[in-house]
Amino acid sequence: MNDEQLLEELLKKHKAGTLKPADRYNIPPQAMPQQDGAVRRSNVSEVAQGYSETQARLEALRCLGCKNAPCMEGCPVKIKIKDFIAQIVNGDFQKALDIIRENSLLPAVCGRVCPQEVQCQLPCTVGKKFKDVNMSVSIGRLERFVADWGRKQKDSSAPAIAAPTGKKVAILGAGPGGIVAAADTRRAGHDVTVFEAFHKPGGVMVYGIPEFRLPKAIVQEEIEQLKKMGVKIICNFVAGRTKTIKDLMQKDGFDAVYVGVGAGLPMFMNIEGEHLIGVYSANEYLTRANLMRAYDFGKGADTPIAMSKRVAVVGGGNVAMDAARTAVRLGAEKVYLIYRRSEKEMPARIEEVHHAKEEGIEFHLLRNPKRIIGNAEGIVTGIECLKYELGEPDASGRRRPVPIEGSEFTIEVDTVVVAIGNGANPLIGQTTPGLELTKWGNIVVDEKCATSIKGVYAGGDIVLGAATVILAMGQGRTAAAAINEYLKK
Amino acid sequence: MSHKILSKKNLSKDVFIADIEAPLVASAAKAGQFVIVCLKTSYSERIPLTIAGTDLKNGTIRLVWQAIGKSTVELGNMQVGDEVENILGPLGKPTHIEKFGTVLCVGGGIGNAPLLPIAKAMKEAGNKVISILGARNKELLILEDDFKTISDELIIVTDDGSYGRKAVVTVPLDEICQREKVDLVVAIGPTIMMKFASLAAAKHNVHVVVSLNTIMIDGTGMCGGCRVEVGGKTKFVCVDGPEFDGRQVNFDLMMKRMQAYKKQEQQALEQYKHKCKIGLEK
Ligand SMILES: Cc1cc2nc3c(=O)[nH]c(=O)nc-3n(C[C@H](O)[C@H](O)[C@H](O)COP(=O)(O)OP(=O)(O)OC[C@H]3O[C@@H](n4cnc5c(N)ncnc54)[C@H](O)[C@@H]3O)c2cc1C
Ligand SMILES: Cc1cc2nc3c(=O)[nH]c(=O)nc-3n(C[C@H](O)[C@H](O)[C@H](O)COP(=O)(O)OP(=O)(O)OC[C@H]3O[C@@H](n4cnc5c(N)ncnc54)[C@H](O)[C@@H]3O)c2cc1C
Ligand code: SF4
Ligand code: SF4
Ligand code: FES
Repeated sequence: MNDEQLLEELLKKHKAGTLKPADRYNIPPQAMPQQDGAVRRSNVSEVAQGYSETQARLEALRCLGCKNAPCMEGCPVKIKIKDFIAQIVNGDFQKALDIIRENSLLPAVCGRVCPQEVQCQLPCTVGKKFKDVNMSVSIGRLERFVADWGRKQKDSSAPAIAAPTGKKVAILGAGPGGIVAAADTRRAGHDVTVFEAFHKPGGVMVYGIPEFRLPKAIVQEEIEQLKKMGVKIICNFVAGRTKTIKDLMQKDGFDAVYVGVGAGLPMFMNIEGEHLIGVYSANEYLTRANLMRAYDFGKGADTPIAMSKRVAVVGGGNVAMDAARTAVRLGAEKVYLIYRRSEKEMPARIEEVHHAKEEGIEFHLLRNPKRIIGNAEGIVTGIECLKYELGEPDASGRRRPVPIEGSEFTIEVDTVVVAIGNGANPLIGQTTPGLELTKWGNIVVDEKCATSIKGVYAGGDIVLGAATVILAMGQGRTAAAAINEYLKK
Repeated sequence: MSHKILSKKNLSKDVFIADIEAPLVASAAKAGQFVIVCLKTSYSERIPLTIAGTDLKNGTIRLVWQAIGKSTVELGNMQVGDEVENILGPLGKPTHIEKFGTVLCVGGGIGNAPLLPIAKAMKEAGNKVISILGARNKELLILEDDFKTISDELIIVTDDGSYGRKAVVTVPLDEICQREKVDLVVAIGPTIMMKFASLAAAKHNVHVVVSLNTIMIDGTGMCGGCRVEVGGKTKFVCVDGPEFDGRQVNFDLMMKRMQAYKKQEQQALEQYKHKCKIGLEK
């Protein structure tokens, strides 16, 4: 029986009300169609290609429609998961999209980049039944399917905008939080302007997360949608330098401000050799490659990047995976990923770890750099590492890695990318007196995302530290609701 | 928002001066700050250039640049009326201006341009300003007249002796520090010049401020590409600088890092010049 026939059979039973949970457990989990591992090493096109309609409906039939819907609790923005999945089964993709849109404005993005295995798919009853989270209903892939279906309909209508209120809202930073806050405040009828420091809007979605994981066209569509709604977008504007928040409010008449400037301060390891040529922060490496299109250097783009043969990436999160996989696409022959804990502790999405391995990236787990070695011209030639073992659990509950004395070894590399996290960029704090910050420099907000300054709200990475797209988006929504409420007064 | 070039001329063969529309930057800029220019959103790199002056009435900023690579040559080929797509700024910390007493302003080559607004502000703050301007030869000396009007004393040196004294800037720097009490040296120019000016000032125990010109991308502290070692600590030139205590800067390391893309830069320039020649671009 092929997939179409299977689907027909199952749908018949489903409509007759005779499809039992046991039948649903028997439906094979649908694999994501993807570009071949060897082929994709030399292109930047998207790796995961999305479900077909048949696959989506088969996967949707695996959902039990649980009364208590534990999956929804796992989603930071509480998407009505079983309801939208039920509409996929029915083949009513428009309705499915409408249900998702009630809670999320960026489903094409979140379906692709959410760490589903620790969010919506973690508590899924199907996964629990098999005692394997990889067997859960693929909620993210279904969300992506619905969102991509919607994009193909080329529905160009902009959402309804309330009558003008005469109030002005400034959104600082065009990342996911800012985009959502702009859309929601604009819908309430306010005059909204987004101020972005880079020359292109989109935040981490355009400068950090690579094309092969999140096509830029998707982010661009969201930006176009904002413009269609009448949101003004001003690039090349650094809040705090071009104008301060105080000036925006007191001189330019903005009644409320949302600060969504992201984390944006790369951490280094503070070891010997970090100033050598060929040592990059992941932010720099990815910005050169993505935003500035260094992969097209000499073929239309002017920004250079190291022409590496052997690359070491330090870290175990999404950022490290993205840097390593980008290095492969830039032509590196050997890419090593150096992480101080074991694979189980890696914070990256499982799918990205799989993809990285398929693409030939060599994992050095329980290893950590001790120093970076260079030649007389100051160019990297190698990285000296120490072996680690797992000791007692630390404050985070993960077992603490401890170095094994005398276990030094050297890997020959010409490039090192440091992807060990981001701190809070101090610029807004330094230029906004009265704004309360944590001791790490993150902005302090209440449950409505209000800061210590009246009319100023904040969300995303600048509040949460390094977080996720969906959490930033959720805070953008919360803040927008609070701003709309505040401006009614 | 795009930025029209309102006036432009050559100061020497490869050095240009232009006034470009950027009202938001102009109204916020202070001496010592810079902008990041990205000529065309679709393909250009982002290059840092110092704000050499502002005109609030016309909403323009003044840039002075030396055509040394693809982007600065391309900017040099643009004409009055053409538009630059992106100008971000003002960036960096403004120069600390106060009445120090005697301030020795030392400029080398193109460094005279960023030095001028600082020298002006120092003069306005009531300092005695002595300026030393250095160039390889007479033809490459820029902004002499502007410095004349704001300096209490002006010394010109050239490498080949074609104008002023035949010397490098550190020679008069040394002499003046011996001659009278200098409270502050501000040195801006090629990295090697700033290194030796700092050593000379240190010898006389005079505080010295230099303005660093590392390779940059975002200019907002996000990438760390502009990092330098100052007093043994890592600093980001775009947000912690661009000005630093010259005696603390690890210039040798910085000079190495600035060579990182030498090969690619040459390739980009050659490709661009070739395209210009066959008429694909003007
Ligand atoms: C390489 C990488 C991979 C990631 N992968 C994933 C993933 O797979 N899944 C996931 O959920 N999350 C991922 N994340 C995290 C996620 O991207 C962030 O949590 C999220 O983008 C934060 O959103 P934000 O709204 O805070 O704004 P950001 O996306 O951080 O954007 C902030 C914007 O503000 C601008 N800005 C900064 N300062 C100023 C200023 N002073 N004035 C004006 N504008 C300013 C910046 O230029 C930027 O455009 C990844 C992050 C990185 C770096
Ligand atoms: C804060 C700051 C302020 C600056 N202000 C000015 C200014 O007012 N006027 C001006 O002409 N230049 C200034 N510079 C230097 C200017 O940014 C570079 O000349 C420019 O980026 C070169 O770009 P390009 O594509 O033309 O040349 P590239 O092809 O990138 O480089 C060509 C040659 O210049 C060298 N080079 C590369 N980057 C720099 C750099 N940042 N500084 C010096 N040499 C470099 C390379 O090693 C190479 O040999 C400033 C730099 C900084 C960081
Ligand atoms: S937004 Fe993210 S967490 Fe929520 S349902 Fe979609 S994929 Fe799952
Ligand atoms: S927990 Fe899993 S099976 Fe249950 S409703 Fe949610 S997605 Fe469906
Ligand atoms: S230029 Fe990126 S941190 Fe300074």
